[in-house]
Amino acid sequence: MEASAPRFGVAPLARTLLPAFSLALVLAAIATLNPFAISYMGFNLMLNLAIPIILATMAQLFVITGNDLDLSIGSFIGFVCCVAATWLTTDPLLGAGILLGSIIVYALLGALIHWRNLPSIVVTLGMSFVWQGLAVLVLPDPGGAAPEWLMTLMGFQPYFIPFPILAAIVVAAVTHFLLMGTSYGAILRASGGNAAAVARAGWSLLRIKMALFALAGLFGALSGLALIGITTSGDANIGSGYTLLAIAGVILGGGEFVGGRVSPIGAVMGALTLSLASSSLLTFMQVPPDWQVAANGAILIIVLAARALINRRKA
Amino acid sequence: MTRVADMFSERPWALSFFGAVLVWLASIAFTGGMGGGDMLTSAMALATFMVIVGVGQMFVITLGPGNVDLSLPANIGLSSAVAMKVMNNDDSLVAVGLLAAAGSGFAIGIANYLLIRALRIPPIIATLSASFIIQSIAISYGRGLQIKPPDGFADFANAQLLGLPVLALGTILFTIAAAILLQRTLFGRGVLATGQNMNAAHLAGVPVERIRTITYAMCGLLGGLNGALLAAYFRGASNDLGSEYLLASIAVAVIGGTSVAGGKANLPGIWGASLFLVLLLTMLNTFGASPGVRMVLSGAIIVGVITIAGGRPSGR
Repeated sequence: MEASAPRFGVAPLARTLLPAFSLALVLAAIATLNPFAISYMGFNLMLNLAIPIILATMAQLFVITGNDLDLSIGSFIGFVCCVAATWLTTDPLLGAGILLGSIIVYALLGALIHWRNLPSIVVTLGMSFVWQGLAVLVLPDPGGAAPEWLMTLMGFQPYFIPFPILAAIVVAAVTHFLLMGTSYGAILRASGGNAAAVARAGWSLLRIKMALFALAGLFGALSGLALIGITTSGDANIGSGYTLLAIAGVILGGGEFVGGRVSPIGAVMGALTLSLASSSLLTFMQVPPDWQVAANGAILIIVLAARALINRRKA
Repeated sequence: MTRVADMFSERPWALSFFGAVLVWLASIAFTGGMGGGDMLTSAMALATFMVIVGVGQMFVITLGPGNVDLSLPANIGLSSAVAMKVMNNDDSLVAVGLLAAAGSGFAIGIANYLLIRALRIPPIIATLSASFIIQSIAISYGRGLQIKPPDGFADFANAQLLGLPVLALGTILFTIAAAILLQRTLFGRGVLATGQNMNAAHLAGVPVERIRTITYAMCGLLGGLNGALLAAYFRGASNDLGSEYLLASIAVAVIGGTSVAGGKANLPGIWGASLFLVLLLTMLNTFGASPGVRMVLSGAIIVGVITIAGGRPSGR
């Protein structure tokens, strides 16, 4: 059906540059519509929620690397927010323990999916109810308070570079190193490309799947912590939009659903594009609130269509 | 004992009926035998809606790995609004309204397929992006709208015949028709062949793309009809009317014995799994579980059931 992508040539380069190009396009549009937005304060405001979105996208990226999909990451982020707004403030040790335990649950889910060869979509869809239910149990009504240190951290205003952009660069560098710079990172990606070959080479697919899901849990937890540091109080439904944003970010960033073909730097740019396009740009363009969700869907479709066009031309 | 095990392994759907009976017995044991019949009646009615979308989702999932329709909740929300607007609280317009809902669902299914085919977007992302757009259309369309169904239609959706919901009886007939469609027609065999190996099916002369078009359109159409019926049953349309049917439609197909890898479908299992899920929620309600506990348990039980029923031993 689908021919394998060539390793050299113009097409792969165009595909790698597509995330950067979409980001530049969105920035250019914003600069034209509202030149004042392109400033230290402007970026701080526009990228207000970018850090949790980037971290959620990274969580999803690890799962997609192994040819799976996590439909529960949004409710997991909500759960982390609720734990952070309650126990992490009142009883930091217990709160940290619960968060650590939930990352272990993620690793065990990876093990279960591998062991029984389960469809990750169904398992994580089921888990989304578990996390959401737990979040409701922890924090039945919106409220609670984020730990002081988290709010201080998220309110950080470095010199010259807006904090969200600095954070984006750090996250991109760290995940790029993890997946692209280490030998185990190459094994993790290879498990999505050709699992049988990786297994025959002597690597444990079980351990790989657990590692990918544990990393997803870790970045999901970080995303929840970043989010609660910004919003300062918790709500069980706070993360509901993040599942789809995260998938979209990975795909916008040049990732593929199968084959272990992902790009951490691209995904960070994808997440930035989405956080700019999903709120600031639409506001500046005066898209009515009713149609903002549709605009998100349309942006996704346009970028994917552009990519399909590039892929087709290579043939 | 081995004979029982054989029965389940040969008929995976029997397990879901067995589970449904077990959950029902647990609920009436808790109430001391009170209201067992009523419980079944209302479970039948609610399961009906899961079956309708479950059948559509089953056909889509059977097309092969990666095929799934994530736009069903948005589809149900929009179609329920379309149906109620066209019916305009007038019983003589019910048939037109149902047609309109089916038409809006059908159009959504075709749009999904076009995104998948023309833009080569994976079905998950295509139906997801489509659902964003449908949601916005529904929000914008639904403003200040007539959301109540005509009385006659609402009464029909809630009517019972010999203690059985009329809608459930109709849906049983529909399921039988769907089973014949799947097992005895060229189209159904084509869906199964496509799911087992798309290339082989294509080479064998199966019109793969036509079959995929029809399947996505049919799933959309069923979602649209379900939206109209749900609005009638609950006596009002809303945009989040369909929110629970994403998980439900996938879960009932998979629990009922449909393979996520494609090429293997099971219709009786959809009824068994739907009854199981609805009775499970009823049981948790009777036990007085809080919404949080209900969510945790229903999610955990779905994961558990998938682990037991849906998985194949590792080693692909």
